[in-house]
Amino acid sequence: MSTETPLAPAPAAASSAGPVRTQRRLPKAAPAGLFAAGVLVGALLSTLTGFSIALTVIYGAVLGTLAVYLVSRSVEGRRKATDRLVTTVVTTAFLIAMVPLVSLVWTVLENGLPRLDSTFFNSSMLGVVGEGGGAYHAILGTVIITGLTTVISVPVGLLTAIYLVEYGTGRLKKAITFFVDVMTGIPSIVAGLFAYALFALFFGGGVRLGIMGAVALAVLMIPVVVRSAEEVLKLVPNELREAAYALGVPKWRTVLKIVIPTSIAGLGTGITLAVARVIGETAPLLVTVGILTGTNLNPFDGRMATLPVFAFYQLTQPGVPPEFGIQRAWTAALVLIILVMALNVVARLISRFFAPKTGR
Amino acid sequence: MTITTSAPPAPPQPKRRVGDRLFAGSATGAGVFILLVLAGVAVFLIAKSLPAITADTADLPDEKSLAAYVGPLVFGTLMAAVIALVVATPLAVAIALYITHYAPRRLAAAMGYVMDLLAAIPSVVYGFWGIATLAPALVPFYGWAAEHLSFIPLFAGPASVTGRTMLTVGLVLGVMILPIISAISREVFSQAPALHREAALALGATRWEMIRMAVLPYGKSGVIGGAMLGLGRALGETLAVAIILSGSGGITFNLIGSSNPSTIAANIALQFPESSGLAINTLIASGLALFVITLAVNMLARWVVNRRADFSGAN
Repeated sequence: MSTETPLAPAPAAASSAGPVRTQRRLPKAAPAGLFAAGVLVGALLSTLTGFSIALTVIYGAVLGTLAVYLVSRSVEGRRKATDRLVTTVVTTAFLIAMVPLVSLVWTVLENGLPRLDSTFFNSSMLGVVGEGGGAYHAILGTVIITGLTTVISVPVGLLTAIYLVEYGTGRLKKAITFFVDVMTGIPSIVAGLFAYALFALFFGGGVRLGIMGAVALAVLMIPVVVRSAEEVLKLVPNELREAAYALGVPKWRTVLKIVIPTSIAGLGTGITLAVARVIGETAPLLVTVGILTGTNLNPFDGRMATLPVFAFYQLTQPGVPPEFGIQRAWTAALVLIILVMALNVVARLISRFFAPKTGR
Repeated sequence: MTITTSAPPAPPQPKRRVGDRLFAGSATGAGVFILLVLAGVAVFLIAKSLPAITADTADLPDEKSLAAYVGPLVFGTLMAAVIALVVATPLAVAIALYITHYAPRRLAAAMGYVMDLLAAIPSVVYGFWGIATLAPALVPFYGWAAEHLSFIPLFAGPASVTGRTMLTVGLVLGVMILPIISAISREVFSQAPALHREAALALGATRWEMIRMAVLPYGKSGVIGGAMLGLGRALGETLAVAIILSGSGGITFNLIGSSNPSTIAANIALQFPESSGLAINTLIASGLALFVITLAVNMLARWVVNRRADFSGAN
């Protein structure tokens, strides 16, 4: 390794250990330097066998970790060396885990930005072959179906959370808590199949309606709303409730006028995050709503287009020539990510600006 | 209040106002409704898959029996999910440890927020990334593995030239469940009692010894529960698999070949739009199998997580 390893005791660095101990320690920058040296050797090694970034990373991580461990072991002893080893491994693992996530965002931006133009937002796919076309119909469809989902899920979810926090006792409460948890884990495609089976009962097989998609998404969204609302309602101090009861306010008015206004910020945040969770769901919409090239704004009449399904079909069935469809698919994916991010930011803002005023 | 009872000598029991009854009733109703929905999911799936279960083998798709149809799909589903779990769990624990105990305080909050954002990215986008970036990037590795590691059954080859293999799917699913597992691990790690941690440090433990003795034992069941939840998510993941995997083959342990067993969810998503009649029932029957599997995994996960909550005294 190229980096020097001073063997001198460093009393300044070890000052916290007390004046008596003169434990030998590596200087602060040594681990980073050693690791960098290891990576450098790794890069050289991979150059020998034909340079590739992946090999450099693998060699570098292994050699760098080894360098840090061995030097620390010879200078500082086994325990300290193990500590340094774990620090290096954990940090490396964290960085490695970041790679795909950064790569994902980068790929979507790179492929999605070229078609992020006004045509994409104000034209549908009706009669479009090849270039042009957009996701106007799909964006509206997503907004309508997600809106319907919210209208179904929020009352049910909120009331259930109120039941769990304010009224629930005994077996029923336990059962509901448990099954809400279990429901969070229902695969989205199964929710889609459920909605299909339910509606096929009344309308016959092969039925596709916007409202079916909303029902399927509601199955996924209700448990999320319940969980977050329950957490938030639990945070409301009991003193507030007791003060209201002491004034003779009935329980239902206490909940409506005291508990909910106090926790409105958290509720808003939770609901927004729940919307963000379902807005990108594709599988249930694929089996219940299908896809349409034109604009259909009536969720009770036939197929509709939605953004995730639109993205899926534009990628898998791009038409001839394929590049335009694939471009539209990437832009749709980018718009989806932007929507999800925006909802997350909105959730943050809600929790910041509607938080109950505390302290004076 | 507007509603009052007229009896002057008020009995000691609390008054039942109409508003209260309505409100309590609707809240309870909503809770019961959720139970009904969950039961409904099971009932409707069973009802719709009964025709396929009782049908003659000759009428089913590909003229295979239901077990022969669903079997490879179950295998593929489990395979992809297990790969994802094996890849994601160690990394997720490392991320959680890094954010809670290694990263600079100021950065840690931002990193946690970024991880939460990543958990919200739609699965279809992960599918796009998998087929556009990861699959081509892995093709050279598959070629190398088929050449040098073919003595391991998992890398038996011949290698796929598109990279649309079971291993790619497993890795993408791993990336997808990474934020979920790490979010739960992070939570339990940060809840490890400060007194235990400080006591360990005060006795001269290094940071790793402190983590090993005070944090990991405390967070163990949380990590297990988080991993199981991630497993449940990976089992039910649809679009990413449907986009990436070229699934047509039967049961095989070869992870890098071009013929892979599909997964239940991906198979439904790909076949459902073009199916009708008994084929739909067959697909719903496979969905029922998926439902049962994920239900079992999730119940187990919740049981593990809740067991910790009961004994920790942290709440």
